[in-house]
Amino acid sequence: MSTLMERTRTEPTATTEAPRYRKGKDHERPGILTYAILIAFFAISAFPLWWSFVISSRQSSDTNLVPPAVLPGPNFLGNAAKVFETAPFLQALANSVIISGAITVSVVFFSTLAGYSFAKLKFRASNGLLLAVIATMAIPTQLGIIPLFMLMAEWEWVGTLQAVILPGLVTAFGVFFMRQYLVDVIPDELIEAARVDGASMWGTFWHVALPAARPAMAVLALFTFMAAWTDFLWPLLVLGPRNPSVQTALAALSASGGQTPDHSLVLAGAVLSVIPLLILFVLAGKQLVAGIMQGAVKG
Amino acid sequence: MTSTATVRRPPAALTFRQKLNRFDYRASPYLYIAPFFILFALIGIFPIVYTFNVSLYEWHLLKGQGDFVGLDNYVSVLSDPFFWNAFGNTISIFLLSAVPQLVIATLIAALLDQTLRGRTFWRMSILLPYIVAPVAVAVIFLQIFNQYHGPVAGLLELFGLDPIRWAFDVFPSHVAIASMVNWRWTGYNALILLAAMQAIPRDVYESAALDGANKLRRFWSITIPMIRPTLIFVVITSTIGGLQIFTEPKLFDPRSNGGSDRQFQTIVLYLYELAFPRRDFGRASATAWILFLVIILAGLINFAITRAIRTNDARPVRIPKVRDTLITTRSVSTSPARSRSTTTSTTDQRGGRA
Repeated sequence: MSTLMERTRTEPTATTEAPRYRKGKDHERPGILTYAILIAFFAISAFPLWWSFVISSRQSSDTNLVPPAVLPGPNFLGNAAKVFETAPFLQALANSVIISGAITVSVVFFSTLAGYSFAKLKFRASNGLLLAVIATMAIPTQLGIIPLFMLMAEWEWVGTLQAVILPGLVTAFGVFFMRQYLVDVIPDELIEAARVDGASMWGTFWHVALPAARPAMAVLALFTFMAAWTDFLWPLLVLGPRNPSVQTALAALSASGGQTPDHSLVLAGAVLSVIPLLILFVLAGKQLVAGIMQGAVKG
Repeated sequence: MTSTATVRRPPAALTFRQKLNRFDYRASPYLYIAPFFILFALIGIFPIVYTFNVSLYEWHLLKGQGDFVGLDNYVSVLSDPFFWNAFGNTISIFLLSAVPQLVIATLIAALLDQTLRGRTFWRMSILLPYIVAPVAVAVIFLQIFNQYHGPVAGLLELFGLDPIRWAFDVFPSHVAIASMVNWRWTGYNALILLAAMQAIPRDVYESAALDGANKLRRFWSITIPMIRPTLIFVVITSTIGGLQIFTEPKLFDPRSNGGSDRQFQTIVLYLYELAFPRRDFGRASATAWILFLVIILAGLINFAITRAIRTNDARPVRIPKVRDTLITTRSVSTSPARSRSTTTSTTDQRGGRA
């Protein structure tokens, strides 16, 4: 039955495609099965998000429906308003923007500066120091939370945003990534020419390296922002319930409610927490894909 | 010093400006890398090293440093059945997430490595889960895997199966947590593998096809061996990530630290419970170092495997600029960026417009 349907559906496409792709090898053209699997995979990828939105726009008891509810109801705005009443979500959003923004600016700037130095400037021990950067990339810095927490307690930073920002200010990966990009992208002659013209080192960096580095900086910024936005363990430790990030606020919302949690409310919170990155995804999804395929992420 | 002979000019006639210029030239490289190294020493190196110091003392969150106890904290952690419980849970969740994830990611990557219609759409569609933060993933999957209602319970009921106690039984809870990891990371890893596949020269496939190798044969004999370094890279990054899993098991039962009976307490959750609810920084630090050593060990095993493969292989794997295995595997996924632009343009010419 299904094969029959596949046949009838394939044939028209096959005939219309045949002249267009005469040059290509026919066996290279993916069949209907490829698209079927990809559609199934897409459905699995999208379902949890869609279902969350559906439940958050209905009432909690609709999680009971069999088969599961697939169409949104009218209550999303009402549930979203309840999220803002129950949890300091607006403040959480603002905090997360500040934290992720500050970390992104710092990581991108210092990575570009150091990456440029490693890629294009000659100095003693540069190879050894670069190896040190690479070696530190493998260090799971998350395991240093205890001394970091002691440090924050000592400085009385616990509960403040700078306590979250400080440990994110630089990454070894960022330096390595910018170095790999700049080493190919800027010709040595260009830097020598700038020197001959009397530009200072800083002037060369600012006017020659920085413009050339812009595409890689954008990719690094994208991934740094996402990593900072989605981070949970460290903000959980140093941010209190009164000054949360988006993630800690959502976690608190999920833990509240006792034995009878309000599913619509919690899922509305989840949907709200996803919206900023969803916008980023719509605007820059292509760059995210390209960045991952170029190895722009630490994994 | 002889190497700097070119820089050393007759020193007599240097003006102040020239001296300044020379200082600028010599000092700037160091000044540019200094902020990174200073900050990283503070936020990356110091905490790890100091964790070891803390692990040698009795150390209370509030009371601070106590007696020097040597390796006692390590002994007590390693003889604690709860540590081994957490260790086993971590490995179990890791295997349940890494293995299916790798298989499916490779399959999806192979499907995407064709002249598809709507190529950009498909690539973006598989990345959608990646933008959902682990906290939100956990919150959502907590509802999806609800024992009594929600889509999974509904599905089980539809097939006449008994409800599964996802949050109470050991194996089901591991499956639920692993499925969160799988959901978020499969598409992401598929893109990394896709990049590696696109770096394989197309004429290798064409000559294999001329020799009569079918699609499946080409996949096993060309694609898989050629992307092996990237596969190992994906394995090692998921190992490092998997050993440190925290958010998903923590939020699968937010009011406990890994289940009412520690059914899904992982190593980092065990560490967290020691450090904060129990305020035992000494033992928590010992746990951190044990995990640190486990991760290093996993990295070294990867290093050995990768090197063994590379010396055995005569295949033209792209040679990276930096001689480091961890980086080698990354560079293989990095380098296609350039070669891909050529494949992209050829497919575009063939009319494969997205």
